[in-house]
Amino acid sequence: MPEIQLPASLRDVEPVRSVRTPAQLDYTFTAGDATSRFLRGITQKKIIGQQATPQSKVYVPPRGADPELGAATPIEVEVAQVGTVTSFCVVNLQFYGSGMEIPYTSALILLDGADLSIMHLIQEIPADQVRIGMRVEAVWRDDADIEPTLESIKWFRPTGEPDDVNVRIPGEKRGTGLGSWVGGVAPTELVVRNPRTGVGGTEADGGEG
Amino acid sequence: MRDIAIISFDQTPARRSVPELNEVEMLMPAIHGALAKVDMTIDDIGFTCSGSTDYLAGTAFSFVSTLDGVGPWPPIQESHVEMDGAWALYEAWVKLQLGEIDTALVYAYAKSSPGDLPMVLTRQLDPITVAPLWADSVSLAALQARALLDAGKATEADLAEVAARSRRSALDNPNAQLAWDRPADDLLADGYHIAPLRKSDCPPITDGAACVILAAGDVARSKVSRPAWIRGIDHRVEPIHLGLRDLTVSESTRIAGEKAGVAGGEVDVAELHAPFSHQELILREALGLGDGTAINPSGGALAANPMMTAGLIRIGEVASRIWSGEANRGVAHATSGPCLQQNLVCVLEGEN
Amino acid sequence: MTDRQDPGEILSAPLIIEYPFKRTTGPVIGAFLTGLRERVLVGSRAEDGRVLVPPAEFDPVSGEDLTELVEVGPQGVITTWAWVTQPHAKHPLDEPFAWVLVKLDGADTPMLGALAAPGIEAVSTGARVEPVWADEREGHIDDIAHWTLVDPEGGRA
Repeated sequence: MPEIQLPASLRDVEPVRSVRTPAQLDYTFTAGDATSRFLRGITQKKIIGQQATPQSKVYVPPRGADPELGAATPIEVEVAQVGTVTSFCVVNLQFYGSGMEIPYTSALILLDGADLSIMHLIQEIPADQVRIGMRVEAVWRDDADIEPTLESIKWFRPTGEPDDVNVRIPGEKRGTGLGSWVGGVAPTELVVRNPRTGVGGTEADGGEG
Repeated sequence: MRDIAIISFDQTPARRSVPELNEVEMLMPAIHGALAKVDMTIDDIGFTCSGSTDYLAGTAFSFVSTLDGVGPWPPIQESHVEMDGAWALYEAWVKLQLGEIDTALVYAYAKSSPGDLPMVLTRQLDPITVAPLWADSVSLAALQARALLDAGKATEADLAEVAARSRRSALDNPNAQLAWDRPADDLLADGYHIAPLRKSDCPPITDGAACVILAAGDVARSKVSRPAWIRGIDHRVEPIHLGLRDLTVSESTRIAGEKAGVAGGEVDVAELHAPFSHQELILREALGLGDGTAINPSGGALAANPMMTAGLIRIGEVASRIWSGEANRGVAHATSGPCLQQNLVCVLEGEN
Repeated sequence: MTDRQDPGEILSAPLIIEYPFKRTTGPVIGAFLTGLRERVLVGSRAEDGRVLVPPAEFDPVSGEDLTELVEVGPQGVITTWAWVTQPHAKHPLDEPFAWVLVKLDGADTPMLGALAAPGIEAVSTGARVEPVWADEREGHIDDIAHWTLVDPEGGRA
């Protein structure tokens, strides 16, 4: 670092080395169409996804676009309030602003009828007993406390049904979502079937077949 | 150098606020519209590049979720710039020059309505000596306008003429947000907003999106009868401290214009990204544009100013006039940052 | 298929984003902030002899390190200004004020500040101004509470 020559008036004082520049920006967030529909569904204790065509993927929560087709998702589909754990983690750290008692389990849950897992909490079971394939159901707040927020579902709890041992992370072999690098192979046009053209991703190519 | 052309362009109508749609919902019609006009799908596109900034709506990584509107699966070649989409177009042009792809899709969008735009833009200033003062974008533009007036290079009446002409031109632009017919004298009777600027000298705050498609050589010729060829494109940046710049000129625009070859022929039309009226005068001088050039027939950024998008729209507007045969050679300019800090110039030409 | 909602049915909520940054200044900007705390204004001398305020770590022309810091001001002249009739809650002053670029005595480039003045008529390019220091200073740009006209009549220099 080059040596700095200071004027005489600053040679014998403690130099400033850092500065705090806090800033706050205020917004009015608007949810847009798909998210507003989803959250209004929540106020009726319904979980509503969207899809682009009757054959295409059902996205929950919907964002208004189907990333496979690059298309708007105008069809609303109510999905089940029970689903299967596709992945999870046990949280042993207290995060700022979180009132959760540790350890707790945060999981990806594939609701029956949906093609995208939602992330939510698993409770009413010790954290070390949560497992992939476990069947779980939504536990809602009391009716008086239902608001347009995903927090109106307090958590998911085991249904007691047998595990779905065949559950897959959505698109695991196709490569969508978590686990898209199957066997360490990047999801390229060769190994992934193009959902718009149907090309690629054959077993011979190393894809899902 | 490969011949690269603009072959398609679409934009959403500029509005003060689009609360009923999230960003990808607002953006999709522009992307789908631009693809449909040239009968293409995302599978015909070699590279996708976007321009936006998450500060506007305060939604972190919104540029990742807006990519869903393209159909980015299987994973596509894509990139993003936190700049106006005109710079995304520059990146796409460079990628096309490499020769491995023949087509590129460029989009840009902004939802400025959720935030306090002039204050949000203070976050692009020097973080220690300027940003803590919350010197908003309109105030900084007013400092530039005062410098121009003091230098005797313009009068308040000159500013009002630009403001009036831009909104009058916008009457013919169905996508414009501010379009009206008021004489300049009438505007001068209005009080100051942030002196010496009047409200009429300032751009509207806009939510909107746009998309442009580029193609090389024969691919471009196969898609449109009269491609708008990019004959030159260049961009330059000036220092972050306003005090280090002569605010009455745009040296970066002048150099970019020279490198892009603006002076190499008649300029039938110029779309200049001048959010404030006085900035059009600075840009005209920097680019050496004379009376023979139609300036901002769309109404320019004074009629619709979606952040990170208005520069890309300038390129689309010039290209549209070349496709239609209305113009043979045109100049598009885009800016970013306070007081014309960064500037891009693109020369487009049709084949006769 | 569903119809688009009317904007009235769209949900909205306040969203506040905070950036609680603590920034490392480096020795050059650090010296500028040290100066503010000590009520001294400093700039850096560029290779061509110009004095840049706020100081720069590198020469704007050659990119070479700049290492000589010199005292400037505290008075200076307005090089351009803008009059704010309705200050924003985040602005440095609550009453109508002028943003000014001030070229300090001994400096060659102006810096940005907020000038307290009785009215738009009192402000002009070329007018002399000086800083009004905050009572409590910590090495921050806000150590200059605002700027004030040296001649309260605002006569042209």
